[in-house]
Amino acid sequence: MYEVDATCRYLQHIDYFKRESSPQSRCRYNYKLCEVTPNSVYHTLHRLNRATRNKPSPKEGAPQQRASMAEEVILLDTWVSPFGMRARIALAEKGIKHEHREEDLGNKSDTLLKMNPIHKTIPVLIHNGKPVCESNNIVQYLDEVWHDKSPLLPSDPYLKAQARFWADFVDRKVFDAGRKVWVTKGEEQKSLMEEFIGHLKTLEAELGDEPYFGGEKMGYVDVTMVPIYSWFHAYEVSGNFSFESHCPKLVAWAERCMQHHSVSKALPDPEKVYQYVLQLRKRLGIE
Amino acid sequence: MAEVVLLDFWGSPFGMRARIALAEKGVKYEYKEEHLLTGKKTPLLLETNPVHKKIPVLIHNGKPISESLVIVQYIEDAWSDTAPLLPADPYGRSQARFWADFVDKKIYDQGKKIWANKAGEVQEAGKKELMESLKLLEGELGEKPFFGGETIGYVDVALVPFYTWFYSFETIGNFSIEAECPKLIEWVKRCLERESVSKSLVDPEKVYVDLILVLKKMYGYE
Repeated sequence: MYEVDATCRYLQHIDYFKRESSPQSRCRYNYKLCEVTPNSVYHTLHRLNRATRNKPSPKEGAPQQRASMAEEVILLDTWVSPFGMRARIALAEKGIKHEHREEDLGNKSDTLLKMNPIHKTIPVLIHNGKPVCESNNIVQYLDEVWHDKSPLLPSDPYLKAQARFWADFVDRKVFDAGRKVWVTKGEEQKSLMEEFIGHLKTLEAELGDEPYFGGEKMGYVDVTMVPIYSWFHAYEVSGNFSFESHCPKLVAWAERCMQHHSVSKALPDPEKVYQYVLQLRKRLGIE
Repeated sequence: MAEVVLLDFWGSPFGMRARIALAEKGVKYEYKEEHLLTGKKTPLLLETNPVHKKIPVLIHNGKPISESLVIVQYIEDAWSDTAPLLPADPYGRSQARFWADFVDKKIYDQGKKIWANKAGEVQEAGKKELMESLKLLEGELGEKPFFGGETIGYVDVALVPFYTWFYSFETIGNFSIEAECPKLIEWVKRCLERESVSKSLVDPEKVYVDLILVLKKMYGYE
């Protein structure tokens, strides 16, 4: 199985093949001597993996090859981003040593623009030089590579699908409505706020009487959802209401998650978030 | 009920994703049409997808899964010993998920700006944005026969169904996708050589006449 750790050996192979081998041996390995970009490495690894494709996929829980060399993990992030918080929580849950780099989104670093040229957004996880973008994608990647520590996704395909469904709901409904609240005012804002609360109630019903969306322990959906809790104070003050009166079980769930060091450390001070939102609305000319 | 049921709508690119994945894995299933143009949704749909009330819904041994990419990933996990759609290595998988997510975030909404509007600013913006997205995808494809490499994979399954709506975008928007993205259209033709794709995709002209024009009338997008 060729995984991320093979990348470095592959890079050495490129030099070897360029120097040493005949065209015949290059063909035998079916290497494409391509420019080393993240995509080309992926494609070459995929081609190498094809050789193992006919073997049954590793059974769930079976140990996979892990990078044996020192890992270099960098997270490009901004303190207030709920998307960045997801990555922070997952990294902490799995005890992954990493470098956290704060980005100024008004003045994006060359690294960010190079590592996420498509969306130019944070968070970006850079693992041994290779970027992974989109927060839920990052969490899933971390779960797959560091699968033996605090697994976030269940191994059962149906339960995994349910977790993915709800994480998608959090993204497309909860976070989307929540974000729009800040860039609107008046009646439109009120209506979006009602929509936001409606989605929270749907989630609360899904949680039921379980301590976490992941069951007995925090899982993928908990990690995806809990960051928005750091923004609750801002919503409550701006909208002059309390989430507890609408979805008390969800608030209790969030406070339960906050008992975890991985969460309490990842989420910023809600008052700071509120001040940030006020500044944002001023900058956008909404207030 | 059959062991595997797919609630679907003939013209939905999202439904086509599920159809292709099931065919790739050789899974026998019962196809149930939701007649969405009548405005009525069956009790089965409302019961199996109460949150979104949308197709596709895959029902496996009575248990429902919704959201097309979640369904495709489920099919991949549940029938893991045949025709893998995702690579085995985590980095390759993350790349595939990134690009499928890109397709989801961009193509439908950008296409809708074209077909649901008259010629004008919004439609022009849709055309520009769609072509940018398709060019980025074409760049990602590169020289590979498929996004999945030598054979079709997750991103191919996510994107190729939208080809059935290209004719509608081009006719209504008065432009040609092939002119600007010839390699992407070559890729489509390669995909269509696979039975799993050719049997799952519908005729683009039928989409235009029996779906897009009907939707335009129904919602007053004229």
